Amino acid sequence: MSEESASIRKKRPANRERHSPVMKKSQIRQARISGSIIFGLMAVTLLFFIPAVADTGKATFRLSTPDDRVQLDPLRIPVTGSLWLLAAVLAFLGSLQLFRKSQSRRTVILGLSFSIFVLVIMLWATADREFSLVSMLDATVTNTTPIALGALSGILCERAGIVNIGIEGMLLSSAFSGVVLGSLYGGWIGLLGAVATGGLVALLLAVLAVHFHVDQIIIGVVINILALGLTSFLTAQVLVQRPQLNDAPIFRSQKIPLLGDIPILGPMFFDQTVIVYGTFVLVAVVTFFLFRTRWGLRTRAVGENPAVADTLGVSVVKVRYLAVLYGGMVGGFGGAWFTIGTVGRFDEGMTGGRGFIGLAAMIFGAWNPVGAFLAALVFGFFDSLRQKFGLLDTPIPTEFLAMAPYLVTIIVVAGLIGRVRPPAADGQPYQKEQ
Amino acid sequence: MELELRGITKRFPGVLANDDITLTVRSGTVLALIGENGAGKSTLMNILSGRYQADSGQILIDGEIRSFDGPGDSIAAGIGMVYQHFMLVPVFTVAENVVLGVEPTKPLGVLDKRVAREQVMDISERYGLVVDPDALIETLPVGIQQRVEILKVLRRGAKILVFDEPTAVLTPQEVTEFFGIVAELKARGSTIIFITHKLKEALAIADDITVLRGGKVVGTADPKVASVEELAAMMVGRDIATKVVKETVGGGEKVLVVENLTLTDDFERPLLKSVSFEVRAGEIVGIAGVQGNGQTELVEAITGVLPVSSGGVYINGENVTNDSPREHHSIGMAHVPEDRTHVGMVGSFSVRENLILDSYYSPPFSRRGRLNGASISDFATELVERFDVRPPLIDNLASALSGGNAQKMIVAREFSRDVPVVICAQPTRGIDVGSIEYIHEQIVRKRNDGKAILIVSTELDEIFSLADRILVMYNGAIIAERVTTETTPIEIGLLMAGRAAEAGAR
Repeated sequence: MSEESASIRKKRPANRERHSPVMKKSQIRQARISGSIIFGLMAVTLLFFIPAVADTGKATFRLSTPDDRVQLDPLRIPVTGSLWLLAAVLAFLGSLQLFRKSQSRRTVILGLSFSIFVLVIMLWATADREFSLVSMLDATVTNTTPIALGALSGILCERAGIVNIGIEGMLLSSAFSGVVLGSLYGGWIGLLGAVATGGLVALLLAVLAVHFHVDQIIIGVVINILALGLTSFLTAQVLVQRPQLNDAPIFRSQKIPLLGDIPILGPMFFDQTVIVYGTFVLVAVVTFFLFRTRWGLRTRAVGENPAVADTLGVSVVKVRYLAVLYGGMVGGFGGAWFTIGTVGRFDEGMTGGRGFIGLAAMIFGAWNPVGAFLAALVFGFFDSLRQKFGLLDTPIPTEFLAMAPYLVTIIVVAGLIGRVRPPAADGQPYQKEQ
Repeated sequence: MELELRGITKRFPGVLANDDITLTVRSGTVLALIGENGAGKSTLMNILSGRYQADSGQILIDGEIRSFDGPGDSIAAGIGMVYQHFMLVPVFTVAENVVLGVEPTKPLGVLDKRVAREQVMDISERYGLVVDPDALIETLPVGIQQRVEILKVLRRGAKILVFDEPTAVLTPQEVTEFFGIVAELKARGSTIIFITHKLKEALAIADDITVLRGGKVVGTADPKVASVEELAAMMVGRDIATKVVKETVGGGEKVLVVENLTLTDDFERPLLKSVSFEVRAGEIVGIAGVQGNGQTELVEAITGVLPVSSGGVYINGENVTNDSPREHHSIGMAHVPEDRTHVGMVGSFSVRENLILDSYYSPPFSRRGRLNGASISDFATELVERFDVRPPLIDNLASALSGGNAQKMIVAREFSRDVPVVICAQPTRGIDVGSIEYIHEQIVRKRNDGKAILIVSTELDEIFSLADRILVMYNGAIIAERVTTETTPIEIGLLMAGRAAEAGAR
C-alpha cells in the first residue's frame, strides 16, 4: 500500500504553481480562453450595446431612498461615452491575458471584466431612465443571506469530511417548520424551531453517513426529495385547510444607530433583519472556530485524514456528528430566512435551488467561510439585479439574467478561475479496517 | 519502560490473527518483530495502539497490567506508534501535526500556536531531530516526514516506540540516518519495537529478534549470532533461497531499444531527459533509483501509457512509440505495473476475470463479442495452479487476495504469453518472502528462455540478485550504467542519491 501513498504525494505537488517560474501548458490555455472571453464581452458591448444606446442621453442611478437621513444626489452618467470607455478597458484587460499571459492575477482580471460587463448592461438598461442603485444593493445583501448560510452549512459538514448536498432539503424543511411554529408561538420560537429542524435533518445525514456508511451523495438526494415531498404534502393537507398556520410574523429590519445612516453601506449592512445580522456573525464565528481553535484543528484533521485523528485518540465519530449537527443548525437558520425572515408564509419548493447555489458558493469560496460569503454576494447580486431589472422593463428577458449566476457557477466549478482543493477525505466514510 | 505481552489472542471472522502471543521487550532495548505479510504483525500492533481489543491476553507495562479501550489509553500508557503510512495531515504544518490531539490552548479552546511551536522546537533540539515547525507536511521529503512522526509520539511522552516497516519508503541514505535516530532514542532510554520483513535491517539494529508466523511466535533469535538464512527459514517455515541462482546466458540480439526518450510534465519541466538504453535477448536490465526519479514515467512511456514528447521505443526493430498499450501488448510486450492494486488488477473482478484482462477480446476467450466461459475457466484454473496463486479459487474476488498472491496473479497473466519483452516495475514491493522467491524464479526463468527483461526496483537487493546490468536513474536521466558483477551496493546507493563524484572516488 505504500505505492498508494506515494502516488498521492505525487499527484499533489505542493504550491508548485507559486514557486514555478515556468508556465504550465494548461495555464497558457486558460490565459487564451479567458482572454478570448474578455474580448467576446468587448465585442458584444461594441456591436450590440453601443448601437442600442445611440440616441440616448444619461442614465440616472439613485443613491439614496427618500427617507434616508443623509441624502446623496443621484448619479447621472452619459451612457454612450461611458460604454466606449468601458469597451476600451475590456480591450486592455483582454490583451493583458492574451499577450502578456499574466497568470497570477487572472482571477482578478476575469472578475474585473465580468463586473465591467455587468456595468455595461446596467448602463444600457438604465439609459434615459432612473434606477435605484441603493435598493438593489440592499436587496443584494438580503438575497445573499440564504446562499451564504447554505454555504456555511456545507463548509461545516465538508470540513469534517461529510459531503452535504442535502442543504436544499434542510433549508426547505426548516422554512416550513419555521412558519408553522412562528404562526403559533411567534417569530423567535419559529426561528428556534427552524434551527432545531435543520439539526434534526442533519442528524439523519450524520447517522446514515457516519454509522451506516451510506453513500453521502445518495443521502443528500434522499434528504432533498424527502423534504420537498413532505413539505408539499403537509402544505396541501394542513396549511391549505388551516391558513392561520401559514401566517407567521416576520422579522423587520432593525437599523443600527449611526452606522445605519452611512450612505449606501448603511442600508446594505446596517439596516437589516436579525437573520442577516446573524449571518455576518456566523461567518466570523465559523471562520474563527475552524482556523483558530482546537475544535477547528480536529475537525479539519478529520476532514483531511480521519485515520490520523483516530490514532491520536480524537474520536472521528464525535467530531463528524458535531460538525454535521452544527452544519444542519446553520442550514436551519438559513431556512428561517425564506419564511419568517421575509414573506411570512410557506409555498411549495420556495427555496428554488438556493441550497445548491450555496454549495457552489462553498466551492467558489474554497471551503472558506469568508470566501464563500463573498461568492454568495456575487450570486445575491445577480439575484437582485434580475428582480430590479424586471421593474425597468428592459428588452432582455429577465429569465436570461436569472441564468447569469448559474452560468458563473459553471465557469467557476469548471475550474477556469483557478482550481480549488476540497478536504482530502471529503465524502469518504471512515471505517477502522478489521 | 518494559513491555510484556502475555497470551495475546485476536480472532477475526475466519482468521486467527494472533494466537497466544507472548513476548517481552526489555527496557531501553530494540526488539525486531519479523514475519511475512499476514503473520499477524499489524494486528498485534493495532492491539498495542488500542485500535483493536484483544480477545484474551494481557499487556503489561513495567509489570503492571494495562487495558486499552482506545488509542487514547495506549498513548497515555506511554506507547507511541510510528505507522508505515505516515499519519500526518499533508495540508497542516509540522507544529499542527505534532500537537494534534494534545493541543496547547488558551481560554475558549483557542489554539496557542506560539506554545505549539516552542514545544516542537524543544523536542527537536533535545533529540537532534531538526525540522522547521512552520513547514507544510506536503512540502517535506519522506525522511523528514518520518521525523515529524517521531516528534509526534515523543511529544506525547512515549517511552515505548513502535515502528511499523519504517524503512520501506526511505532511500538507503535515509535508512542510515534513521538507524542513527533509533540509536539516539535508545541511548535516551526509549524502548523500541521495530516491525519489519527486511531481515538485514533486523540484524543490524535489534538487540533481540522475535519471529511471527501464522499469528504465532515461532521463535526468537540473537542478532549477534543469527543469519539471514536462519531467520528467513523461521519466517517462512522452510528453507528459502535468498540468492537467486542464475546461469550465464550469452548476450543476444537487441530486442528492446529505447532512444532519446523525452517527456515533460504539465509545467513543461522535464520528467525524462533523453533516456536511451537497450535490452538484449536473455538479459535482465535493472533500473535502480530512489522513488520519484522518473522510473514510473519511464515505464509508462515505454509501455504506451504516457505519450512521449520525443524519442522512440522499438521492439525487435519495430517502432512502437506512442502506440496504444494494446498495440504494445500485441506486438510483444508484457507489463507488470508498479501500482498493483490500481493498475495491475480490478479488485472487484474475480481472479478468473483478472487473468484475461489483457486478452479477453481475442479468441479463444471471445468470439464475435461473446465471452467463452469454458475456455476462460480452463485457462484461469491452469494459471492459478501453475503460478501457485493461493487460495486457488478462480471465482474469488481479486481484492481478497493477499499482496503476494495478487502479484502472483498479475505475473501469471503477464508471463503466460510468449512475448519477447517483459517489463516489471517494483515486482516484489511489499510482498512476503515466499512470494518474492517465487516471482524472482519466474523472472529468471523468462530470462533463461531468451526474453529481454527490464526490471525497475527501489530495492537494491532485488536489483543485485536479478539484474545482469544496472542502470541508475536520477532526476529523470540515466546517470550511470554498471555491470552487476563489477559494482557494489554502496556505489549504486551513492549514485542513486545523485552523489556521482563520491561514488567514483570509492
